[in-house]
Amino acid sequence: MTAMTMIEAINFTLKKEMERDQNVICLGEDIGKNGGVFRATDGLQELFGENRVVDTPIAESAIVGAAVGMATRGLRPVAEIQFLGFIYEAMDQMAAQASRIRFRSGGTITAPMVVRAPFGGGVRTPELHSDSLEGLFLHSPGMKVVMPSSAYDAKGLLASAIRDNDPVLFLEPMKLYRAFKEEVPEEDYLLGIGKANILKEGEDLTIITYGPTVPLVKNVVAEIEKTQGLSIEIIDLRTISPLDEETILSSVQKTGRAVIVHEAVKAGGPGAEISALINEKALFHLTAPIIRVTGFDTPYPVPSVEDDWLPNATRIGQGIREVLSH
Amino acid sequence: MWLEPNETIVNKVQVLDETGKLIGSHPDVNDDELLALYKWMVQARTFDQRALKLQRQGRIGTYAPMIGQEAAQVGSAFALKKQDWIYPSYREVGACLVHGVSMENFFLYTMGHIKGGTSAQGTNVFPVQIIIGAQCLHAVGSAWASKYKDESSVSVAYIGDGGTSQGDFHEALNFAGVYKLPTVFFVQNNQWAISVPRSKQTASATIAQKAAAYGITGIQVDGNDVLAVYSTMKEALRRAREGKPVLVEAVTYRQGPHTTADDPTKYRQNGELEQWLAKDPLKRMKAFLIERGIWNEELEQVEFETANDKVTKAFEIAASTPSSKTVEVFDFVYEQKPSQLAEQQNSIQVEGVVK
Repeated sequence: MTAMTMIEAINFTLKKEMERDQNVICLGEDIGKNGGVFRATDGLQELFGENRVVDTPIAESAIVGAAVGMATRGLRPVAEIQFLGFIYEAMDQMAAQASRIRFRSGGTITAPMVVRAPFGGGVRTPELHSDSLEGLFLHSPGMKVVMPSSAYDAKGLLASAIRDNDPVLFLEPMKLYRAFKEEVPEEDYLLGIGKANILKEGEDLTIITYGPTVPLVKNVVAEIEKTQGLSIEIIDLRTISPLDEETILSSVQKTGRAVIVHEAVKAGGPGAEISALINEKALFHLTAPIIRVTGFDTPYPVPSVEDDWLPNATRIGQGIREVLSH
Repeated sequence: MWLEPNETIVNKVQVLDETGKLIGSHPDVNDDELLALYKWMVQARTFDQRALKLQRQGRIGTYAPMIGQEAAQVGSAFALKKQDWIYPSYREVGACLVHGVSMENFFLYTMGHIKGGTSAQGTNVFPVQIIIGAQCLHAVGSAWASKYKDESSVSVAYIGDGGTSQGDFHEALNFAGVYKLPTVFFVQNNQWAISVPRSKQTASATIAQKAAAYGITGIQVDGNDVLAVYSTMKEALRRAREGKPVLVEAVTYRQGPHTTADDPTKYRQNGELEQWLAKDPLKRMKAFLIERGIWNEELEQVEFETANDKVTKAFEIAASTPSSKTVEVFDFVYEQKPSQLAEQQNSIQVEGVVK
């Protein structure tokens, strides 16, 4: 066991996976000599050379499109999109090419590749650096969408993503990169893609969240439980595509109440999908409407107001109170 | 020093003139190869024209005819080695047949079979690309894999003049140049992108000259001259195999509509088609072969009949292939079916909503 931040765990995992399988190569903007703008690939080019840790021209579509070409020919590319907000440039290669190649080739050609991208707010970035666009890819059959909320999860999920035979979008909450250290085993372990993690069991209410909002939800819940004597279950989805229906449903069937928390905008977001799922399959277990605490339906705002725009302790607390008022 | 537009003069490579007469030196092609090139062109045209008819009869779906582009497609694909890869657009039946895709496969694709995009194992042809230009980047990634694994394989992206306006095309040329990848970008400049003429795609005098901006080699070739295309492509592949990517512009003409859903009389100039019919690639090669004494009308007739029979057999196989079932769409989304997909798949079987 070693104490690691999330960014250290990601760096460590990339190194281990590149040692394990020489078909794993990394490509992206500033990932080589510079080690990535967040240092996710720090030191990897020195270890593995310029052929395996490749600084690319600034062209997101080409980064993803080339990764598709590589993956379909036996490599396991790990592409970095410097910030998730830049992925619009690669939308066709993500949603129409990487996601669909297994389908459109009748299962004969596959693209085992990972696209990593920092995402999420709260770190005062310029425009289009903090957007949470995961919902776009929940809507893209063939793509898996994974997001860790801790160093331990980052290691197990990234290793699984790299070894997965389908394309995986791996979203790293940049606010959590260096937020805390935790003990992470150096030995190999995998966390299942498509499996949610029940962070804490509870009886009165289920909070469903993932990625950047997980530590926040944990704090809010600890506070509310202490002051109000409630018992709240927290589910960290870890993956939003495919969704772990079983874990969500069995929790809500037990508690009868659900609050969904994410930074992505509300309309058509992951929360809408989760809410619809609960309505379809567990409506009669509910004692209250499902509440979504999310980003507002506006473009991601300027830094001066982002703390109020993002789901925060106040808004999550309001959501919980509203659900419990029924 | 100002770099003025279109300063670079690009000379088009030609081996046969428009009447089929040899101009310049005879390329290094023996009689068997000459005949093979022509026979492939006959097969491509026969398939193409039958597909058009079958679509009109409602027996296959939308089809993008390639009539007029046989020399460009056959000449280029004939130069490939088996280990080379083709990344085709949707108008490349000629190139794909030469590189090993079966005719029935193409029929299955146009008939909307779920496995219609599947090539036989060992046929290095990527599924037909619909999004204009996207395949250029796949060719780049594929070439990268070949280089990384030290395999002597070139990846060839087939694209049209319209496709050269897309960002993916430019990003692909840029990457190929930077990483010295074994790629050839084979552009068939067929003068039209649906209804928009070449002059409105780019202000460049030629497409070939675009290579210069990316630090790679460019060349323009008469795309209706199969011998010029073949010899040019052979040299392009030789260079690419050494890590020197090449952009080839084959100047040709789309004699037919964009697809079976298009009417080119709405936008073509009067007399334009006739001008290009005079430069038809099959006519030209036939005249050359007859002049050389290795072809005649009798052989011509036999060849078209043989090709016709081949197409008929292929269509019969495709037509007798059981239709795809809705239940199959769930099988090729992920390696392992998530519970949601399994549930949706089961809902079809159990409830009989869709048979």
